[in-house]
Amino acid sequence: MAKLILSLDGQVIKEFTLSKERTTIGRKPHNDIQIDNLAVSGEHAMIMTILNDSFLEDLGSTNGTLVNGQPIKKHFLQNNDVIEIGKYKIKYASEAPSNLTQEDFEKTMVLRAPAAVAPPKIERNPTDTQTNLQAATNLGDTSLSAQPAAAPAAPAPAAAQIGMASNPPGTPKPAAPPAAAQVGMTTIPPVAPKPAAAPAQPAVAPPVSAAVGAQGMIQILSGPNAGKELPLAKPLTTLGKPGVQVAVIAKRPQGYFITHVEGANFPVVNGKTLDAQAHQLSDHDIIELAGVKMEFFLKA
Amino acid sequence: MSLSASLLMIKATHTGMVRSHNEDSITTDAEIGLAVLADGMGGYNAGEVASGIATALIASETREILVRQAPHQVDRNTGAPVAARLLREIIAKANTSIYQSANSQPQYAGMGTTLVVTLLCDNQITIAHIGDSRCYRYRGEKLEQVTRDHSLLQEQIDSGLLTKEAARRSQNKNLVTRALGIEPQVEAEIHTYPAQNGDIYLLCSDGLNDMVEDEDIEMTLGALGANLQLAAEQLVQMANDNGGRDNVSVILIQVKKEFPADDGWMTKFLGWFK
Repeated sequence: MAKLILSLDGQVIKEFTLSKERTTIGRKPHNDIQIDNLAVSGEHAMIMTILNDSFLEDLGSTNGTLVNGQPIKKHFLQNNDVIEIGKYKIKYASEAPSNLTQEDFEKTMVLRAPAAVAPPKIERNPTDTQTNLQAATNLGDTSLSAQPAAAPAAPAPAAAQIGMASNPPGTPKPAAPPAAAQVGMTTIPPVAPKPAAAPAQPAVAPPVSAAVGAQGMIQILSGPNAGKELPLAKPLTTLGKPGVQVAVIAKRPQGYFITHVEGANFPVVNGKTLDAQAHQLSDHDIIELAGVKMEFFLKA
Repeated sequence: MSLSASLLMIKATHTGMVRSHNEDSITTDAEIGLAVLADGMGGYNAGEVASGIATALIASETREILVRQAPHQVDRNTGAPVAARLLREIIAKANTSIYQSANSQPQYAGMGTTLVVTLLCDNQITIAHIGDSRCYRYRGEKLEQVTRDHSLLQEQIDSGLLTKEAARRSQNKNLVTRALGIEPQVEAEIHTYPAQNGDIYLLCSDGLNDMVEDEDIEMTLGALGANLQLAAEQLVQMANDNGGRDNVSVILIQVKKEFPADDGWMTKFLGWFK
């Protein structure tokens, strides 16, 4: 269960557990979390908890509510968020479940929908999961009618910035569409980073050459685009000419892998023709594809 | 009439990097335009029993009925295409079968499965689903989610409580509001859409869409559409590279050319007497 840690000037005053569906914060004594200070409104803010998620809502307070320094109206609380009300700080700590329960919890479960004629309010018994679940759905339904438009503004994903940062400044742009070029290069548009990509065990154990962190690059060695460099920044980069011969280079936690996609001819790496299997690239491998020679290398 | 000349169907399933066994079950039959994906849950091994019953029963029943009946015809009584009614009936049958097994054998108690089924005929695709197994459509270089999960998270998104982006950070990802075999009756959500030449349909269990962003799925289908087998393997691999916390299953269906229904003279002739 998630906790709130109330503090003033760095001194912890009290801890609260979010065990109820609604936890109120305010100056008046009937609040679950009472802060007796004139900068705090009588009914200042409220935290709604649905199973493992908690949402903070400012109840139209005079002096407002901040989360991590930003004023909010409604906010989906994340672990270690700091709520500021007046001079008081409240840290939100969502208890990390142990590995076992986490895994168990991730197993899909059926949430029985409340009966069609569910009463508007259900008495909740915190020890009865089933009741809790029903209550949760009801709560969702209720807030549907109550404030349909008050969706919490999602913070812009840092995706783009991170994507950019991994491209060292001054990296040559992927070759412009080569009009009469023999090899067309398609770079896949940037994509959002994965959430916490846990490194998986390598499927096979080929020579460890692609150190994680080094940026894979392709340099064209022959043809009209000779000399051009292409960073392999995306999870997938296709090389070749659609309809004639195409191969793809996949960027994986274990390194870079080239695989044949289409065409009668398979790519050649260091003079050896590949089969249909993915082949892990090593630094300075020479690839021949659709009559063009190119070199794979790692840039630190 | 065989549809295998018009439809390419590829399937792939993997236990993932964390779970000990695979509770997903998938089957395809390009001849009749059928694809079924089920993600089982409950019990020790009961999840895979439930998903196994669902895919096997739906495939065999559909094959049997399609011998007698053309799915593209319009039902005289309801005005809806026969395909939708057919899937509704077959899914109800699968529900009963799983529900009864779960209630008669203690080791299967509480088992159930999510489900997504597609039936293609006459340039149309009929999609039925229950729970959080999904169908996506890739058309014109854009990926679109066709089904809407029957889940707590989706309800919260619909009610405005969560944005789609915030939903990715939710701790309540695993709660479905509907499943096959849990209750005596269940309603499948069924819709029919026009299918186009070049469309790629992706059926997947939540082990894919929880681990791989929609943008990455879109990119994969765009880059590897010419080699559907490789695309399916790549999707599974991406889910596993990102942690593979759940079983992951994908079915890819590519429309290679149009597949209008071919009403033979006999069918037309018999139609007069209906």
